[in-house]
Amino acid sequence: MAVEGGPAVLVEGLTKRYGGTLALDGVGLEAPRGGVTAVLGPNGAGKTSTVEICEGFRRADGGRVRVLGLDPVADGAELRARMGVMLQDGGIYPSARPRELLRTVAHCYAKPQDPDELIDLLGLGRVARNPYRRLSGGEKQRLALALALVGRPSVAFLDEPTAGLDPQARRATWDVIANLRTAGVSVLLTTHYLEEAERLADHVVIIDHGRVLTAGTPAELTSGREGRLSFHAREGLDVDDLVGRLPAGTTAAEWAPGQYLVTGAGGTVGPDTLAQVTAWCAEHDVLAEDIAVGRRTLEDVFLDLTGRELRP
Amino acid sequence: MSLDLSPAPGAAPPVRRVLAYAGLELRQQLRNGEQLLLTLVIPVGALVLFATVPVLRHGADRVDALTPGIMALAVMSTAFTGQAIATGFERRYGALKRMGATPLGRGGLLAGKTLAVLAVELLQLAVICGVAAGLGWRPRGDVAVVVLLLVLGTATFSGFGLLLAGTLRAEATLATANLVYVVLLVVGGIVLPLRTFPHGLATALRALPVNALAEGLRAVLETGAGFPFTDVLVLAAWAAAGLLLASRTFRWE
Repeated sequence: MAVEGGPAVLVEGLTKRYGGTLALDGVGLEAPRGGVTAVLGPNGAGKTSTVEICEGFRRADGGRVRVLGLDPVADGAELRARMGVMLQDGGIYPSARPRELLRTVAHCYAKPQDPDELIDLLGLGRVARNPYRRLSGGEKQRLALALALVGRPSVAFLDEPTAGLDPQARRATWDVIANLRTAGVSVLLTTHYLEEAERLADHVVIIDHGRVLTAGTPAELTSGREGRLSFHAREGLDVDDLVGRLPAGTTAAEWAPGQYLVTGAGGTVGPDTLAQVTAWCAEHDVLAEDIAVGRRTLEDVFLDLTGRELRP
Repeated sequence: MSLDLSPAPGAAPPVRRVLAYAGLELRQQLRNGEQLLLTLVIPVGALVLFATVPVLRHGADRVDALTPGIMALAVMSTAFTGQAIATGFERRYGALKRMGATPLGRGGLLAGKTLAVLAVELLQLAVICGVAAGLGWRPRGDVAVVVLLLVLGTATFSGFGLLLAGTLRAEATLATANLVYVVLLVVGGIVLPLRTFPHGLATALRALPVNALAEGLRAVLETGAGFPFTDVLVLAAWAAAGLLLASRTFRWE
């Protein structure tokens, strides 16, 4: 049992089977101490299974998990005193009120956060005495986050912390997560929002079909390799014809209806590629909108790796 | 933002955790109207009705025969029916999982639930005994034996309540728990002492936990008997079976 030193979360070769389905197929990841790690992937990728095994809710069929050096099952009591958990679907009595819930959970910890201050921080003051069932989706999400933080944890597991939030509430939640990082809390969050991972995470783990596809800092994942050019235009352009006009090794694809991505060969998209794309569009009477040349985004990385769009 | 989010982890002492959770449970139960109907209105209503309306037996000792049965009904309604329904829905909501992620843990969660059940039972018994006293009830017997019977009954009904809630879906638990309640209310020796039943049937029914509890309480409180061995043994066997099965089969989600 080691609470000091080592990564916040260490997962090695995790496998989990539900009936005939292999949900986790050798997941391995490492979440550094005091940083934000985002596990990114579409629904059904294995994000929640991985997190729930780390939290001690589920047992893996194979592999090894250490959270703060603790075994989530064998050292469960030790770990529960040190971790905060935000569940994806509430887990709250419909008749319970936010303030009474926070107070009850606060009483389970030695040095808890003041429930009223958390209520203010997360903007729940107006509904603190309302039954849970009358809260909006966003208010329920924020209460779930408050419940994860009330015990002043060393490590926080946040499962889809901003799913279903409006943009303003999402930004407020991002601020809280950024402040957790500043305060030295290790955060492991799951998300299917690329923007969220890009903005918050020190470390991103992309997962699909129960496997880790790649991992690294957002800069590592998006830097270097290829430049890209994106634009919007009418659907169904003949991208093969377009590629024929471009420097050898360049590829082009319509990755979603009307959304085109041109990827340069072995370096960056050069001025000639940009000129040829616009010339080709002019010849075909196509108005290319939102033309942008830039570095790869996490979205590109994800598309390259999974060949499919990241949908909730 | 000025709130200090830096880590300061650590669990509160177990007693504080369990008491906090028991308080939450108790408040949820007292807020629930249907639960209150089950735990207070029906038992007290049955007591007043059958003690004052001469439908069953004659004589001043009617309330003496009736009150122990109503006490057994109260224990069953809280420890079995109420607990099964509440726990079934808590599983559905994931509330057990939510609390299971805190230092409360599963043991603390069960301890808190048990405390809340005992608190509701105390409230029920206080009201029932008060109303019965007003109707002329004169209990006899040894209080310690009464407490033993009530504790065994609570353990039995809790075990089977959690067995039901831990294995069936929430709606199925709701339906089954209510059905069992109604059937035992009618065929059990709650309103009618078993001695008014045909002998063979009475013997068979006495093996049911609610009847063992009711008859045990009746033996002590009504007739002042010493120690109802048979009923205590029957209840102890049911309690062991119920708690064992519940602990083997209970699923938290």
